[in-house]
Amino acid sequence: MEKKYKAPLSHLLNPGHSACAGCGMIIAYRLVLDAAGQNTIVTNATGCSEVTTTQYPMTAFKVPWIHSLFENSSSLASGIWAALKYQKKDKDINIIAVGGDGATFDIGFAHISGMWERGDNVLYVCFDNEAYQNTGYQYSSATPLDANTSTTPPGKRSLGNQSYKKDMIKIALAHNLPYVATATTGYPLDIGVKVKKALAIKGPKYLQLHTPCVPGWGIEPKDTINVAKLAVQSGFYPIVEYTNGELTGKIKITKKVPVEEFLKLQKRFKHLFSSEAGKLEVAKIQKLADENIKKFDLIQ
Amino acid sequence: MKIFKLKIMSKILEGSRAIAETIKNINVGVVSAYPITPQTHIVEELAKLKADGQADFEYVKAESEFAAISILVGASAAGVRTYTATSAQGLLLMTEVLYNVAGMRLPIVMTDANRAVSAPINIWNDQQDAVTMRDAGWIMMFGEDIQEVCDLHVLAYKIAEKCLLPVMVNLDGFVLTHVVEPVTVPEMAEIKKYLPDFKLAEKLDVKNPLTLGAFATPAHYMEIRQELHDDLVASKNIMAKEMKEFKKVFGRLLTLVEYYGDQSAETVIIAMGSVLGTIKETVDEINNSTGGAHHGVPVQKVGVLKISCLRPFPVEEILKLIGDKKNIVVIDKSVSLGEEGTLAGEIRRVFYGRSKANITSVIMGLGGRDITKETILQAINLAKNRNDKAVFIGK
Repeated sequence: MEKKYKAPLSHLLNPGHSACAGCGMIIAYRLVLDAAGQNTIVTNATGCSEVTTTQYPMTAFKVPWIHSLFENSSSLASGIWAALKYQKKDKDINIIAVGGDGATFDIGFAHISGMWERGDNVLYVCFDNEAYQNTGYQYSSATPLDANTSTTPPGKRSLGNQSYKKDMIKIALAHNLPYVATATTGYPLDIGVKVKKALAIKGPKYLQLHTPCVPGWGIEPKDTINVAKLAVQSGFYPIVEYTNGELTGKIKITKKVPVEEFLKLQKRFKHLFSSEAGKLEVAKIQKLADENIKKFDLIQ
Repeated sequence: MKIFKLKIMSKILEGSRAIAETIKNINVGVVSAYPITPQTHIVEELAKLKADGQADFEYVKAESEFAAISILVGASAAGVRTYTATSAQGLLLMTEVLYNVAGMRLPIVMTDANRAVSAPINIWNDQQDAVTMRDAGWIMMFGEDIQEVCDLHVLAYKIAEKCLLPVMVNLDGFVLTHVVEPVTVPEMAEIKKYLPDFKLAEKLDVKNPLTLGAFATPAHYMEIRQELHDDLVASKNIMAKEMKEFKKVFGRLLTLVEYYGDQSAETVIIAMGSVLGTIKETVDEINNSTGGAHHGVPVQKVGVLKISCLRPFPVEEILKLIGDKKNIVVIDKSVSLGEEGTLAGEIRRVFYGRSKANITSVIMGLGGRDITKETILQAINLAKNRNDKAVFIGK
């Protein structure tokens, strides 16, 4: 009989970690590592992906893995790349640097730019759950418009976060990376394909994964995949792929849904559905999604 | 012909060049740095050695000092010998990583070309930058002249790799980095006799996947931090032993503390770094003067205590050499603001309950202010009176 599923402990990120039930990040992380294979060294920024996996003296990883600080997983990866070159092992080993959106869009931003500019042979993977979820759902510059985070709470004078999500994809492209892509827990098989494609290319690569956060977004654990898919099918989070600066791939919208369907499943947008002002904000978010659909030509 | 042979061994070099050549001879695998005055000449020379094909290390251009030291974290954990250098603001920017390096037990060696910290911004020498890192878990060494600084780097790698502790070698910015002196750069062949090839037992290896940098709950954190402390304490005796080994191979003496001057002196002046040269000259003049007052200093014998290691602090060695002295003057090129000189505070701790010596904290040379024989004499003049508050001497 054909073996359909891997035994639980045969992955490179194993059960026993303390991520929430339904965590979009931990699913994506396992898929990234299984696609990369065991000839991989991983550097991890501080955050959920680190604290849920490596509580001393335990570890969930079966690949060499290092965590130093919040903002330097990219710099560590550059150092490992230099060391492998010095040891003449650079042809055989993958290096993956990992960080959440806070580590990537905010605190570690300069160091990622430095690594990209140097052209180091590293795949940087961002788990984008759109806020500092590990410290209790605070705003990051990856937080979308109007989201309720613990530092952008809605109130009498606020409708949540009033800034627009930073466009890291454009920033990555401005560094002339040979490979830049988004993927999502909503389309798990696409993650593995993109990791393999990226690792086959020499130079710096950027992969940004949209990973729903059950407590941070205020969703049911059973809805992780569904919410992530609705983000794509509404145009809210376009899944695209750039090779050498050219748009070479995208996940097409098979049946366009209004952003409302995506927003309504999440407590972080609940406040938009109780006032007229909120409705106007939903219209703004819909406009952003429609612009994405137009820009990337997402309708099938 | 003997003279000719001596000439070959000893070169006239700028301090920064001598350090760069030493680092090259140590066979470092990865260098990463960000430019800051007065460290720049060191890393420029290393980049040139690499560009000229005289060194085979990887030179990683960093976008900040924070990145430079973080790059070394990755390289060191991957099993390669590493090096960086910085000064002042650069060292302060590295702070978070420096603590992390010690906690992760990575044997990284760095040079700090000591410089004043901002504000006001000032590029000249004092030691305020280094002393702010006193509690980071690094071994902290201070060199007096270029020869000693070069030798301390060789020792630093030996100690770092033996104890799995990071080592910072300090030298006074400009005073030593930019000055030209005769120096014998430790040769590669000699270094090989002294320093084994770099081998890290626990490293990033796809054949033996380990997790490095795990997080520790209250159930484990304290024991891990205590182990770091205990090993830093224990490193002092290992250093003393390795200094003897160093003498056997290189013929030059390195010490944790060194007494200079009249053994019977009741007054001792204590300092770290290049200022010791000026102090020793001043003390020589005092001790050699015959009768009468010398520049207003009453006839008295004076001793000098040179301290080469701030962490671990050589408490027993200091007490053994000067525990019975009556008057102690500590010259600091730094100040624990609101208190007194950093080294003075350390000395007071060493003497507490063990001696009734008058200990005076003198702050000199901040932000590159000249320290002259005259100002040293002013400091010595303070020795006999009890001074509970730090005294600033500038002119």
